[in-house]
Amino acid sequence: MSATLSQNLLLSVALAPLVGAVVAGLFGKLVGRRGAHVVTILGVAVSFVGSVLVLVDVIGGARFNATVYEWMVLGSLKMEVGFLVDGLTAMMMCVVTFVSLMVHVYTIGYMADDPGYQRFFSYISLFTFSMLMLVMSNNFLQLFFGWEAVGLVSYLLIGFWFKKPTAIFANMKAFLVNRVGDFGFILGIGLIAAYAGTLNYGETFAKAGELAKLSFPGTDWMLLTVACICLFIGAMGKSAQFPLHVWLPDSMEGPTPISALIHAATMVTAGIFMVARMSPLFELSDAALNFVLVIGAITALFMGFLGIIQNDIKRVVAYSTLSQLGYMTVALGASAYSVAVFHLMTHAFFKALLFLGAGSVIMGMHHDQDIRNMGGLRRYMPLTWITSLLGSLALIGTPLFAGFYSKDSIILAVEASRLPGAGFAAFAVVAGVFVTAFYSFRMYFLVFHGEERFRHKPYPPEDDHAHADDHGHHGAHEPHESPWVVTLPLVLLAIPSVVIGYLTIQPLLFGDFFKDAIFVDAARHGAMAELAAGFHGAWGMALHGLQTLPFWLALSGVVVAWWFYLKQPAIPAAIGRALAPLVKVLENKYYMDWINEHILAAGARLLGLGLWKGGDVALIDGAVVNGSARAVGGVALLVRRVQTGLLSWYALAMVLGVFALLTWQLWPYLVRA
Amino acid sequence: MGALTLGHFLTLGGILFALSVVGIFLNRRNLIVLLMAIELMLLAVNMNFVAFSHYLPLEADRLAGQIFVFFILTVAAAESAIGLAILVVLFRNRATIAVDQLDGLKG
Repeated sequence: MSATLSQNLLLSVALAPLVGAVVAGLFGKLVGRRGAHVVTILGVAVSFVGSVLVLVDVIGGARFNATVYEWMVLGSLKMEVGFLVDGLTAMMMCVVTFVSLMVHVYTIGYMADDPGYQRFFSYISLFTFSMLMLVMSNNFLQLFFGWEAVGLVSYLLIGFWFKKPTAIFANMKAFLVNRVGDFGFILGIGLIAAYAGTLNYGETFAKAGELAKLSFPGTDWMLLTVACICLFIGAMGKSAQFPLHVWLPDSMEGPTPISALIHAATMVTAGIFMVARMSPLFELSDAALNFVLVIGAITALFMGFLGIIQNDIKRVVAYSTLSQLGYMTVALGASAYSVAVFHLMTHAFFKALLFLGAGSVIMGMHHDQDIRNMGGLRRYMPLTWITSLLGSLALIGTPLFAGFYSKDSIILAVEASRLPGAGFAAFAVVAGVFVTAFYSFRMYFLVFHGEERFRHKPYPPEDDHAHADDHGHHGAHEPHESPWVVTLPLVLLAIPSVVIGYLTIQPLLFGDFFKDAIFVDAARHGAMAELAAGFHGAWGMALHGLQTLPFWLALSGVVVAWWFYLKQPAIPAAIGRALAPLVKVLENKYYMDWINEHILAAGARLLGLGLWKGGDVALIDGAVVNGSARAVGGVALLVRRVQTGLLSWYALAMVLGVFALLTWQLWPYLVRA
Repeated sequence: MGALTLGHFLTLGGILFALSVVGIFLNRRNLIVLLMAIELMLLAVNMNFVAFSHYLPLEADRLAGQIFVFFILTVAAAESAIGLAILVVLFRNRATIAVDQLDGLKG
């Protein structure tokens, strides 16, 4: 803690995109299309430059951890807006603002003909603001604010084309599934607030040792295990981990730039970031870590399988995102938080690149997204082709590319982990390498190589795109390369996708960049220490990588994809026929939607029906409300007979009453007398 | 025949009171009878006051009960005046003073 960062700099980083969002959103008509993209790009650019300045200062040793604004005080519980900036935050700020900047520029081209142009820019700037608030927060409340705000913007953007029914269903689904996760998340925050008595990170972590001694009331579970699992359920919703992953593939109904920004590079990694930030808590609970590890392993492997049979170019990339998020989660479970965050960063670059590349292909193909209708596009879209190839190579973990360093580190960390679920997780991540390579290059070969199938379109696209598209939908237009605003971000993202791993693995994983941000109990979870012992420079790791199993699995995945989809296209069809039941399971996404629809949703509806008919109509309305009215009415019906209106009756009643009262009061004296 | 005792006076008061009570709720036809019964009730009370005060052991105390009788007589006179005035208005409005037809309070 040598120097402190300037509070004004941090505020300007967070608020510049908000200003852009407000101007473009509320005054969109006034500033026009050009004004909207100029002001939002300016805002995000300011934010990016600020983030880089912060990063430079942080590398120089500066830190910031203070309250900026006190919102309210409830007893001893303070609700504040504050920033905590250390290595982890600074890296996330740079990744978020850089990818966001690229996506803003790209959007100029992608959304050029869309009537909601200003609205879109406003949303993505608002998203950038929310995400920055999330990562820069120094307390749980602000984290939750950012968490919900990115969820809201995600909802708005998935349903951006609100006239398209599938988009409306998709955004509702994303919203509902995230509510399930957020419910766990807020329970976790509540547990921590209740037992630590504070929402501030630093104060909570300082009490972690005391918290570890407590057990959950009424059980002998560790309190921290329950709290961490609750927090992780929030991460499962946001970072789309099994079984709360179902919303992410459907979120591809939104425009491609947000798939790149929100549903691949930044928002979905919020869960990973959060767990890494909470490392001092998670580190104390082996049970929670094991849970994280197993969930991540399931997601990493089984979501990869789904990528193999998808035909929509964006869905292939979406399932690959799910699988890669699983890898990050596995790393978290293995206590290799810095490796998870490292993979988060490399993944942000190459997955944003792949998505933007896919968007470029979709533009070139006149909004046809079916990869069976593509092929041979490399001749028509050279820049998109090269950058997508680089992105795919990074994704499958080709040595020297960014993805290699992060993914290999994850595999090594899992193999070094001693948790009970580590064996399964290690198998899942290693097998996942082959699957990743296979589906990535299946898509790559189908899109960029082989026969030019777009001339006759064997799978006519369902014409469900209602948005304005002046390219015209029909006829065999030749694909075309995208304008420079689209290709420039591709090139700028391709550069870090290739080199960032080589450059940063040393300081991020084995240096002290994350020293004060991420806590690892090296005595109990030695994965990072083993990794550090086996690390002899980035170059040496790449050379060594050539001799290891993951590399050969990745290579064989590529070769198999090449053989199946370029040389012998009959083979996959034959295999599909042979394994028809398996394919059916995959096509139905393991029946997760069916289970949700027919068991969870139907159960909830049944419960609701029971509560409505039984609880509300019968008990509350029937027995309590109308019943009490009926009881009063019945009693009144009897009692009103007494009220004859005849004075003599009243006088008699009064006299009898007085007589009775006197008798009752004076009885003891009468008896005694 | 012994001398008059307090018991005789109290018995007379009780009989007067009982008569007036019975008069109130046996009377169905005439509101004036009802007012008269109330007067009688007050007189029964007065009877008790006078009797009790007369038999008090101390000479000085005997005045108080009799002063009360005057108060009660005054109040009874005022009450009769108001009651009769109400009765007149009631007759003008309803054209009857029969008690069993005055059931406006019926629930």
